[in-house]
Amino acid sequence: MDQSRPAPAPGPHRLALEGIVKRFAGAVLANDHIDLALRPGEIHALLGENGAGKSTLVKIIYGVLHADEGRVLWEGQPVTISSPARARALGIGMVFQHFSLFESLTVTENVQLALDGRQGENLAQAIDEVAGRYGLALDPKQRICDLSVGERQRVEIVRCLLQNPRLLIMDEPTSVLTPSEVESLFVTLRRLAGEGVSILYISHKLDEIRALCHRATILRAGRVVGACDPATTSTRDLARLMIGEDPGALERRDPPVWPHAAGDEAPRLELERLSMDAESPFAPPLTDVSLKVRSGEIVGIAGVAGNGQGTLLAALSGEHRAPRPEAVRVDGVAVGHLGPAARRDLGLAVVPEERLGRGAVPELSLAENALLSSYRSGALVRRGLIDRTRAHGLARTIIERFGVRAGGSRAAAGSLSGGNLQKFIIGRELLQKPRLLIASQPTWGVDAGAAAAIHRALLELRNQGGALLIISQDLDELFAIADRIAVLCAGRLSATRPVHEVSLEQVGLMMGGLFDDVPTPAPEARS
Amino acid sequence: MEPTLASSLAEAGAAATALIGAMARAATPLALAATGELVTEKAGVLNLGVEGMMLMGAVSAFAVTVATGSPVLGLGAAIGAGMLMGLVFAGLTLSLRTNQVATGLALTLFGVGLSAFVGRDFVGTPLTALPGLSIPGLSDLPVLGPLLFGHDPLVYLSVALIALVSWFLGRTRGGLIVRAVGENHDAAHSLGHDVLLVRYGAVLFGGALCGLAGAYLSLVYTPMWVENMTAGRGWIALALVVFATWKPWRVLLGAWLFGGVTILQLHAQGLGVQIPSQFLSMLPYLATILVLVLISRDAMRVRLSAPACLGKAFHPEH
Repeated sequence: MDQSRPAPAPGPHRLALEGIVKRFAGAVLANDHIDLALRPGEIHALLGENGAGKSTLVKIIYGVLHADEGRVLWEGQPVTISSPARARALGIGMVFQHFSLFESLTVTENVQLALDGRQGENLAQAIDEVAGRYGLALDPKQRICDLSVGERQRVEIVRCLLQNPRLLIMDEPTSVLTPSEVESLFVTLRRLAGEGVSILYISHKLDEIRALCHRATILRAGRVVGACDPATTSTRDLARLMIGEDPGALERRDPPVWPHAAGDEAPRLELERLSMDAESPFAPPLTDVSLKVRSGEIVGIAGVAGNGQGTLLAALSGEHRAPRPEAVRVDGVAVGHLGPAARRDLGLAVVPEERLGRGAVPELSLAENALLSSYRSGALVRRGLIDRTRAHGLARTIIERFGVRAGGSRAAAGSLSGGNLQKFIIGRELLQKPRLLIASQPTWGVDAGAAAAIHRALLELRNQGGALLIISQDLDELFAIADRIAVLCAGRLSATRPVHEVSLEQVGLMMGGLFDDVPTPAPEARS
Repeated sequence: MEPTLASSLAEAGAAATALIGAMARAATPLALAATGELVTEKAGVLNLGVEGMMLMGAVSAFAVTVATGSPVLGLGAAIGAGMLMGLVFAGLTLSLRTNQVATGLALTLFGVGLSAFVGRDFVGTPLTALPGLSIPGLSDLPVLGPLLFGHDPLVYLSVALIALVSWFLGRTRGGLIVRAVGENHDAAHSLGHDVLLVRYGAVLFGGALCGLAGAYLSLVYTPMWVENMTAGRGWIALALVVFATWKPWRVLLGAWLFGGVTILQLHAQGLGVQIPSQFLSMLPYLATILVLVLISRDAMRVRLSAPACLGKAFHPEH
């Protein structure tokens, strides 16, 4: 498995980690004697499930956290990286998964904050220059809140590049990009590597790692479990190394099960020319959104973040009321004027994008979080009093049934890793046997094993006759589980297409707002 | 006829000057305290202890001025007392990460009690007010002289401070860092800015200005010490910051509006206008809220200038 492939220049390692150990409170070993080495010009993948210790390791390299044991060698010299400022002084730059940008400030101000204040006047010019050299188009005067996610990432990258880094850390850089944005990002990264910059690339997307990276180091449970050349290792082998077992392919049903051939059955969910004001200054309003979801199907809504997904979800869940009650119908009943509880009474379940704070209360235990949306069912509350035994029983059922890794039903929701909490939230909603489930980004930042489990659970609900609406930026996910797909762009929704009649490229074009340029399939193509 | 006209003109001029002077005195403590709180909040810290810091400033200024006879030393003591109160608040909320709202309320209660305790021997002690500015030539101009150049130095200082804060926040790198820390402390930390240091500085600056605002009350506005003499001005200052959408010049406008209407309604009450005095007493609040709501009615723009991390605790190891 471990083959050496000296694509990058030989010589001393740019960065070498030796026996890095990091313990968190509660004696959890986040990093257990990790060794890692990067050569100049090497694009090195760091692979691992959620909670495998990738973020911890990267934070240690960038000086945000400090290792308990082990050595860090930079250009062959032992160094102590005490702070991000020190890391940057050495030549380490980082592009964060959740962008560390300041929404209300301009591009120039954001870049300025990362520099030590020497380039005052010519900063806008310097930004233009770097942006031009690496094909990262940007307007220095724009505020971050007016930029798309792809543009925001460009700001992060430009900000790093202006510091002339010799090591660039990219944490899940493509999770929110359109396919064409991913392409142009790869062009930029390859050019940088060609100039001798080392890149540490963290991603869940195995295909990307195989396309881009020279080497890969795989982490599991805080330990290095393997290193390989991803170009010559199959995706399946990479996945097996990462989660330690065969991921189990999704049984994709081809041709799609379509119980209602002509679509004459009344839809479970119907949106009829729904228009709403945006919920934040950073999002577009919804304009004339129409959509039908029938039982036994999964409808996917693709689109780049910030194109109205948040407003759409709020309009569906009832957090924001629609201007007309008839604009949102559940089982034919106009519900646009009803709040979330009344809509849940009609059999609707919602999994929001933000797990902490919206999907779950971080400080509360899993049992209490389970109660929050399922208190109606299962006799959990009697005469206004909570039955604690049953609540904990319910939480334990969810933990068991959906393979949630947690310290029991009393663990605080905030103590779970993102993927495990997501499994818990989805499990909580699925156990209520919803007739209609709406989920936003169900597998965002979730590792491959957990994502497959979530997808299986969603497909099971569909096969039992549930209607599902999945809002996601992950096209692979939508193509894997959705029956029909529509694209949300600038608050407008395209027509829905059966997923086997559109290609990834067509959806990519639609995500860029080119609804009309995509050839319409024959109306009765499905049978 | 002529001499009568001239004398009545002079009389009107004197009345207007007195009115403007009174407005300036009512507005200045609000402007000072609100400017301090604005900087604190821009850095992402919500300090509800403004009232307590002002009271400590007021009693310290009064005590030191009585003891030494020097109002300058009194002002210095007020700044020191305000900063000390700010330091207590910062230590609790920033280093020990206590809840900012609860700690701020406690600071106000603490300030009310401690200032009453420290000042119990000074109740009823007389003091001469801080003299007005006197610039040879300018202050002697008829009407315009006293109108523009006859106020006490702190009135000018408050305007100068607002100009300075506006320039600092909008134009300098230091101000950019303060705004960045208030906008997204995690991002600022990951870029290597010392979030706690910036916030300590902002809280101490806020404390200093609140102390100064308190000193203005006990040395200039009503040169004496009375228990709880701020009478809720700290809370008005807090509200002004929000209604002014964290913009320094709007704070000045709000403070002068509030101060101005306060004085005008007092005069109206004195003249025996046929409106219940309770309604007149409401006017400053109504007018200030109305005007500031009107200028900040674009909710989107308000959200852009509101510090996004206001009141949130910062954990560096997260």
